[in-house]
Amino acid sequence: MNGAQPMRLAAGGAIDRARPLGFTFDGRAYAGFAGDTLASALLANGVRLMGRSFKYHRPRGPWGAGAEEPNALVELRTGARREPNTRATVIELFDGLVAQSQNRWPSLRFDVMGVNGLFAPIFTAGFYYKTFMWPASFWEKLYEPIIRRAAGLGRAAREPDPDEYDRSHLFCDVLVIGAGPAGLAAALAAARSGARVVLADEDVRPGGRLLAEAHEIDSAPGVLWAERVAGELAGMANVTLLARTTVFGLFDHGAFAALERVADHLPEPAPHQVRQRLWRIQARRAVLAAGAIERPIAFGGNDRPGVMAASAVRAYLHRWAVLPGRRGVVFTASDDGWRTADALLAAGASVEAVVDARPDPPAALMRAAGARGLRVHAGAQVVGTHGHLGLQAVDVRLPSGSSLGIDCDLLAVSGGWNPTVHLASHQGAKPVWDAALAAFVPGRLPEGLAVAGAAAGRFTLAACLADGAEAGRAAASACGHAAAPLVLPRAADEPAAQAAFFHVPGPRGKAFVDFQNDVTVKDVKQAAREGYRSVEHAKRYTTLGMATDQGKTANVVGLAILAEATGRSIEATGTTIFRPPYTPVAMGAIVGHHRGRDFRPARHTPMHDWAAENGASFVEVGPWYRAQWYARPGEKGWRDSVDREAEAVRRAVGVCDVSTLGKIEVVGRDAAAFLDFVYTSMISTLPVGRVRYGLMLREDGLVFDDGTCARMGPERFFITTTTANAGRVMQHLEFCHQVLKPAMDVSFLSVTDRWAQVSIAGPRSRDLVAMLVGPGVDLSTAAFPHMSAAEVEVCGQVPARLFRLSFSGEMAYELGVPADFGDALMRHIMQVGAPLGLVPYGTEALSVLRVEKGHPAGGELNGHTTARDLGLGGMMSRKKDYVGRRLAERPAFTDPARPILVGFKPVDRGQELKSGAHFLDPGAEARIENDQGYMTSVAFSPALGHSIGLGLLARGRERIGQQVRAYDPVRNRDIVVEVCHPVFIDPEGDRTRG
Amino acid sequence: MRYSVFSLIRNAFSGHTDWPAAWREPEPRAYYDTIIVGGGGHGLATAYYLAKEHGVTDLAVVEKGYLGSGNVGRNTTIIRSNYLMPANTGFYEWSLKLWEGLEQDFNFNAMVSQRGVLNLFHSDAQRDASARRGNAMRLNGVDAELLDREQVRRMVPLLDMENARFPVKGGLLQPRGGTVRHDAVAWGYARGADQRGVDLLQNCEVTGIRVQDGRVVGVETTRGFIGARRVGLACAGHSSHVAAMAGLRLPIETHVLQAFVSEGVKPVLDQVVTYGAGHFYISQSDKGGLVFGGDLDGYNSYAQRGNMPVVEEVMEMGLQLFPAFSRLRYVRQWGGVMDMSMDGSPIIDRTPIAGLYLNCGWCYGGFKATPASGWCFAWTIAKDEPHRLNAGFRLDRFATGHVIDEKGAGTTPNLH
Ligand SMILES: Cc1cc2nc3c(=O)[nH]c(=O)nc-3n(C[C@H](O)[C@H](O)[C@H](O)COP(=O)(O)OP(=O)(O)OC[C@H]3O[C@@H](n4cnc5c(N)ncnc54)[C@H](O)[C@@H]3O)c2cc1C
Repeated sequence: MNGAQPMRLAAGGAIDRARPLGFTFDGRAYAGFAGDTLASALLANGVRLMGRSFKYHRPRGPWGAGAEEPNALVELRTGARREPNTRATVIELFDGLVAQSQNRWPSLRFDVMGVNGLFAPIFTAGFYYKTFMWPASFWEKLYEPIIRRAAGLGRAAREPDPDEYDRSHLFCDVLVIGAGPAGLAAALAAARSGARVVLADEDVRPGGRLLAEAHEIDSAPGVLWAERVAGELAGMANVTLLARTTVFGLFDHGAFAALERVADHLPEPAPHQVRQRLWRIQARRAVLAAGAIERPIAFGGNDRPGVMAASAVRAYLHRWAVLPGRRGVVFTASDDGWRTADALLAAGASVEAVVDARPDPPAALMRAAGARGLRVHAGAQVVGTHGHLGLQAVDVRLPSGSSLGIDCDLLAVSGGWNPTVHLASHQGAKPVWDAALAAFVPGRLPEGLAVAGAAAGRFTLAACLADGAEAGRAAASACGHAAAPLVLPRAADEPAAQAAFFHVPGPRGKAFVDFQNDVTVKDVKQAAREGYRSVEHAKRYTTLGMATDQGKTANVVGLAILAEATGRSIEATGTTIFRPPYTPVAMGAIVGHHRGRDFRPARHTPMHDWAAENGASFVEVGPWYRAQWYARPGEKGWRDSVDREAEAVRRAVGVCDVSTLGKIEVVGRDAAAFLDFVYTSMISTLPVGRVRYGLMLREDGLVFDDGTCARMGPERFFITTTTANAGRVMQHLEFCHQVLKPAMDVSFLSVTDRWAQVSIAGPRSRDLVAMLVGPGVDLSTAAFPHMSAAEVEVCGQVPARLFRLSFSGEMAYELGVPADFGDALMRHIMQVGAPLGLVPYGTEALSVLRVEKGHPAGGELNGHTTARDLGLGGMMSRKKDYVGRRLAERPAFTDPARPILVGFKPVDRGQELKSGAHFLDPGAEARIENDQGYMTSVAFSPALGHSIGLGLLARGRERIGQQVRAYDPVRNRDIVVEVCHPVFIDPEGDRTRG
Repeated sequence: MRYSVFSLIRNAFSGHTDWPAAWREPEPRAYYDTIIVGGGGHGLATAYYLAKEHGVTDLAVVEKGYLGSGNVGRNTTIIRSNYLMPANTGFYEWSLKLWEGLEQDFNFNAMVSQRGVLNLFHSDAQRDASARRGNAMRLNGVDAELLDREQVRRMVPLLDMENARFPVKGGLLQPRGGTVRHDAVAWGYARGADQRGVDLLQNCEVTGIRVQDGRVVGVETTRGFIGARRVGLACAGHSSHVAAMAGLRLPIETHVLQAFVSEGVKPVLDQVVTYGAGHFYISQSDKGGLVFGGDLDGYNSYAQRGNMPVVEEVMEMGLQLFPAFSRLRYVRQWGGVMDMSMDGSPIIDRTPIAGLYLNCGWCYGGFKATPASGWCFAWTIAKDEPHRLNAGFRLDRFATGHVIDEKGAGTTPNLH
């Protein structure tokens, strides 16, 4: 059925009738026009049943025509792009759009979950707090699964999102939020005075309420004025217009967040186009001109499809040329509602009655209505509605108390306007109740923010224009821009009184306050009766305002009912807290490009490509990718490769890329004294050209990091850190300098990425290094002993730094060259080293070698260990003060019963050790009281032919030679191990010093 | 009136107009034997157990806002006892045991949902650390399972196992961990305490603590002076400045932590899942919203709101785990102020002032502690000495070095 659109008016509206668009809803094909929303197009097709409610599965149609919509939520798109809970009122129609209703089974028209309505007498506010308690185990097994399945609304996509998102920043003098009459006037005033202006509006077109009303400005349709102003703004270099952009949060210090829907109006984004963009806008001043949202009135059956906000009815008529019903009734507590009657009449619909809850509506309105022959019931109320899946009639209670039934298919409800104060409250200021206005208006404003127009409670058009212009001028002038003359356009001050009328006493049927969460007047009253009298208690007990719309239509009505039920004023009752985001924001938009592999930057060493070419498997180490091992053809698993690499180092020579180690240059007159202060051992006595192993403690006395410290000159040191702590050590040094030792002349430069560094280890390392640095450098142990440093050249041309250091226990060197030469250096080393039996080795073999040597590393430097625990107590100088010294002497840290570092071997040498196993005495019960420590690192030692481990064991040194249990229940393991010295290979260090 | 399906049906016939108020709104008396400052989870639980276990009913809870207005109603509702440090494990396991019987005990359904807490790991080192923790838990008699990659994939089908920057290598599961409806905890304890005669004084802010001759004698409040023989402080994020009213300087910094909830959707996630390559935790509430959070904002603050940098970071981690959630929208973000201690563990102890007791330092893990915290604090107040379970949570442990630093992060409160 294409093209029929029975409820579309013959003319008018901001739709493009030359561009028909086809779409489906629940599998049925319909047609609409460019400019439609899904809701307007469905209404044009005579479809007003669009969803089911959360708890009672009541049939629902659109209540509103904009972002506040609580009812008409659909699943938009399919597959990986499925978007549940999408408000039909803000979905711009596109050709081929596919939408489905949600939270119903088997179909929208017939939903068996509708039986929930029968249990409504039980399903009252907070009923679940009172039951489902017995027996306890049934909660997870029975009750909760049923509740979870029934709850929720739509279905989330189950595949990764195929679309891209972007994050961007904007800086401006004046941010104007909302491009209705007030916002446009503000933006124009500010822009003409030369300020840098950003004007953002969630709608695709500028105009705000002007798009929905028949207002005139300067004796022409208001929309034309809006277009003209927007046109002028678009032509100004100092203005950025953001359409389809919702400013959704105000954060500290004038930071706004906004979401631009770049491609949501398309079937899918064009190639290389993002779907949405997150803007972070830093504004010196902002004008909130976000308008107002019409509030509902709670009466029996006020949720039936066909009951709509009076302002939404006008929007459908004027903007989309859609007749939301043929026989209308208006139920209002405001002057504004009356205009809907006029609009319906003008569109050719009948208006059966205007029911004004106020006993004496303005005489002018009464007169005008009389002139049109409208039937008016003043002081009357709609108490109930009829109809199955849509409205068929309403019951009106007349002032006399008698009841009147009126057949109708549309009930336009106007409870008055609530200023859209949300952003003004995101910084915590609560809005204040303005009794004269019968509305909450912004309270104390965050610095730099002004509120203009309807958002400030100025509901008439002329007032909005004047207010906006003044706010724009003031904002620009606060940024130092002199005001430019601005002639205010002419507009009327239409009647705009509204009453504080929120619900109809004695409703027939359920009277909903929060449509989406199915919260009724009764629920709110019950909450009050049960002691949930604080507005926050009532909210949390009933779930009022906690749905996806966050109570945009519900909250004020709800708190007014609560005020009444508790005998307090609305003012004393107050609002709940307004929180970002103003409207729901897709998480993808917040994340932008930082997803999948691009979550965090990948750091590659200069030798990365070489390693990849040579069979390396890489492992994530913080942001780095490090070569773990280099597989050779024929090797069956990683162990083969690692064993071979470790053996080669012990037998001949290996090369390992250690570029990821943190490297910091420490220079200055006080560099040596400063390093004395941050390292446990004395550094100042280190001669130039020598290296010392250094240990840093945290302020609390526990081990922070270890590394080497080389003195390259009297006032220049080059220190290394572990890969993991490179950034933290740099921070620590800066902290110690700037906060603890500000008078010292010392500075730090992180050079981790500036040097490509390799470790060359093994009995033949000296031969290899000699070939690299040339005959000019005397590498003999006498001239260049263990723990030496020198500046050298590689291949006679590349400046390099050479250190004689060992982690593996073999004679070993580290050679650093400027990063750009790293790749070439590696290739060169491999070439010249081949005859020596050189192999590259990765982090796994590195770890095997260091466990064999009993060097503490990551597993031991875990933030829980003291220097003494690790057998490094000897490095704690007694001759000077250093960070952590004093707190390291606290009783708990000097307790001789502390677990300390020892080595372990399986008693049955064929067994494998596992890190994370806990130690128990043989025969002791597996209870925490008997816990003796835990295994920190393990390796298979090719040199010894069995598994070895390091671990922290209570009184470990005294137990060498004894046996303990390595208890590992999470891996179903429990083996006996022998305690041994932590250095498994060459304990005297002869090979190192070689 | 006892809550049950029967009372619910009975009341349905009378249109639910007969339910009594869950608690009274009494006027403050001039004097109580004992006053608990702070009507959050811990304060209310303390009052409940003081009344129930120790017969102390001349008792008031003094709350500056409404009951449960602080962190108890702002947290991400995760409960677990997967701790490493012996001083913690026993305490949190006792808490979990109390959770397991809580609803029957206080006759209020707090929806304790033992759906399992899964801590993911992403490296060999993290696997070792998880094994160490899991083994420590088992030694404590706590349930723990080490899962490999395939087990994790089967358990949480929407997890990204293919394209993550830091691939999941497995996880440590505590099947008995889960979530609890946070407000209901405050309400259940409040109702239970009220029924036992405890006065719950809302909108009553403590502005001073009166001490005479080294003994506490009462509190100044916005509703006047209230005398008391014993005062217990359970003010969470406000602990430092309330304790300062008695001249105590606490090893606590206050930081803001944000949390988020998405729109409601049909079930997509059945467990609590935490990320191992960053700080992120997520679960799906019974209403269908995904509830999640991450790190502190990082700066000291008493404002119950945060800023965008952490919002971005938290959601990045969320989509690292669940790329299918990209199009899901979040509907609300909020913040709470956290009492971050110097070692990440709490303090439940006496103070140098006689009659003044301290319960604070919960960082962002105090919700799960609520029952045991109340239980132990009640004991400590009633007996004027700590129970074995909170014996490690001493105020002076920083001086002696007996710190309880789960993460090994050191004395940097915003790293815990
Ligand atoms: C976003 C977020 C997520 C969290 N997630 C978890 C989680 O998943 N799992 C977990 O275990 N923990 C979590 N936590 C931590 C947990 O919520 C808190 O540690 C715990 O709630 C603190 O104890 P409480 O309930 O007593 O605190 P609160 O509820 O904050 O109670 C303290 C009370 O003291 C009152 N008070 C303060 N000053 C005064 C005064 N001068 N006079 C009178 N009253 C005063 C306050 O108003 C407040 O009501 C989270 C916290 C936050 C903010």
